[in-house]
Amino acid sequence: MSGRSLGRRGREWMLALVMLGPSAVILGVFVLYPLGRAVWLGHQRCDAQAKNCATKSWSEYTDVFQSREFQHSLWVTVKFALLTVPIGIALGIGLAVLADRHLRGIGFFRTVFSSTVATSVAVASLMWLFLLQPSRGVLANVGWLQDLFPVIKSPGLLHDPGTALSGVALSSIWANLGFTFIIVTAGLQSIPRELHESAYVDGAGGWRRFTNVTIPMLGPTLVFASVVLTSRAFQTFGEIDLLTAGGPTPQDSTSTMTYLIYGRTSPIKSDAGLQSAVAVLLFIVLLVLSLLQLRGIEKRVHYGS
Amino acid sequence: MSVQPPARPRSRERARAGTAVGVDHVRGGWRMVGRYVVLVAVALLVLFPIYTTLVASLKPGSKVLDHPLLPGNFTLQVFRDAWTEGRLGRYLWNSTVVAVLVTVAQIATSLMSAYAFAFLRFPLKSFWFVVFLGTLLVPLEATLVVNRRTIDSLGWLNSYQGLAVPFFATAFGTFLMRQVFLQIPKELREAGQMDGLGHWGFMREVAIPLVRPTLGALALFSFLTSWNQYLWPNLITTEEKMNTVQTGLRLLNSSVPDIERFNVPIAGTVIAALPIALVLIVFQRQLVRGLTAGAVKG
Repeated sequence: MSGRSLGRRGREWMLALVMLGPSAVILGVFVLYPLGRAVWLGHQRCDAQAKNCATKSWSEYTDVFQSREFQHSLWVTVKFALLTVPIGIALGIGLAVLADRHLRGIGFFRTVFSSTVATSVAVASLMWLFLLQPSRGVLANVGWLQDLFPVIKSPGLLHDPGTALSGVALSSIWANLGFTFIIVTAGLQSIPRELHESAYVDGAGGWRRFTNVTIPMLGPTLVFASVVLTSRAFQTFGEIDLLTAGGPTPQDSTSTMTYLIYGRTSPIKSDAGLQSAVAVLLFIVLLVLSLLQLRGIEKRVHYGS
Repeated sequence: MSVQPPARPRSRERARAGTAVGVDHVRGGWRMVGRYVVLVAVALLVLFPIYTTLVASLKPGSKVLDHPLLPGNFTLQVFRDAWTEGRLGRYLWNSTVVAVLVTVAQIATSLMSAYAFAFLRFPLKSFWFVVFLGTLLVPLEATLVVNRRTIDSLGWLNSYQGLAVPFFATAFGTFLMRQVFLQIPKELREAGQMDGLGHWGFMREVAIPLVRPTLGALALFSFLTSWNQYLWPNLITTEEKMNTVQTGLRLLNSSVPDIERFNVPIAGTVIAALPIALVLIVFQRQLVRGLTAGAVKG
């Protein structure tokens, strides 16, 4: 009896091995191994093919962290997240509240508001490039607009060191709008109707109901959206590559961390050791950030029924 | 891509019509008109980049900047040029091959590993589960330097394998499918055993049909994520013919200096956006479900 059940358990182990095997191999070879390898490479300096790497000390990491280039890219990335995440979430809430009504034809407006999820990074970035180019761009050739914002015509929103990052942020906020709208709409629909009704009966006006019922009940949704948007902001590459290539130089106003690692014009693009060091630091920064955000969830968020 | 509330119960819809909208009626019809005015204005703002892109791609290049916001001098020639010069047919095909490979593989690997975590007993199960979940914390960008070298040493640069294989498994999919497998009542598994169903049989005949909606959401999510990849194909593609549609757009954008035809890449962007727009219109329900299920790896 016990022998038979042991046999069955043994077969279950084998089966588990077979079923987990493919995932484990892929995740091991293409996620865990490269992370470990990058940690190792990060304290080495390599030539372009990473064939010849010279081992240095682990203090290389602090050197890289303190380097002007890394500090600059970290600051640019933080600024980019601060530009895109709060505005993106506010706009998402605005659109979702606007469309959360029973009106004739509201389905059409919901389709429009979620339409930007259909654009990839390349498509969205190129659309905004055509809008923002200084000479042949659409906005630069609309008279009243260039009177209002002369920077659009000269040197161009993406070519002025002071505004380039905002230009990229504009494209990114727009591209993420559909995602935020969908998430917040789903959150709104899970708020029990009775809460709004009792607040209404208690004499709360539209704005009071929005701040005292809608926003607190959206808590988990908004945290989720901000976690996703923040991690996207920290991993932004395509927008930078297509819109500014890390420039305008020499300030490198849009050289984010991922652009520092992979950018075509990055000063470290031919040193796999330095690239790995920055990649590992990016991983650590994102890890710390998600831990902070998860603690925020536990402390602040009100979970609805 | 409209967000039709998929799970809204009918009774609530009626309750809503009875209360909130009723209140709106008391405040009068002008309020209603105001709502539509705001909705239309915001919709125009959201659509503005798409609108200008369409307008610019349907005119000859020399006429685009005369009245950049108004259509006119209608022509499809720019689209023809973008299609042939941009080799977009080839790139769309490459993107499709890679995205289909990744989707099919992710479905298979996620189903199997999720099944193991949900239904099988094996040593160190919770340890392995934490390892799987841990991979979700590793940003893609932190691994690609080394992955490029791995793909290079396998001789897979400029190949479909190189573009697709690193994404053949996903901890997100494993986690998502495990969640729904765990909701299957134990009695069903016991009844299956009585009928002589082994684990593979139970998975195929009972478990997978029960989780089909979530599986659909995962499939769409996998397809979109793969289709939208930008950095990875840029890193491992050096031959022109192996570009995906995303890297191909970058190429097209950097290769047309001619002022008379500067809107050729604009038309290319429209062509590149169309297939996904169609896919999302057909599968909008799966999209909403997939995004709200916790698309952290976006």
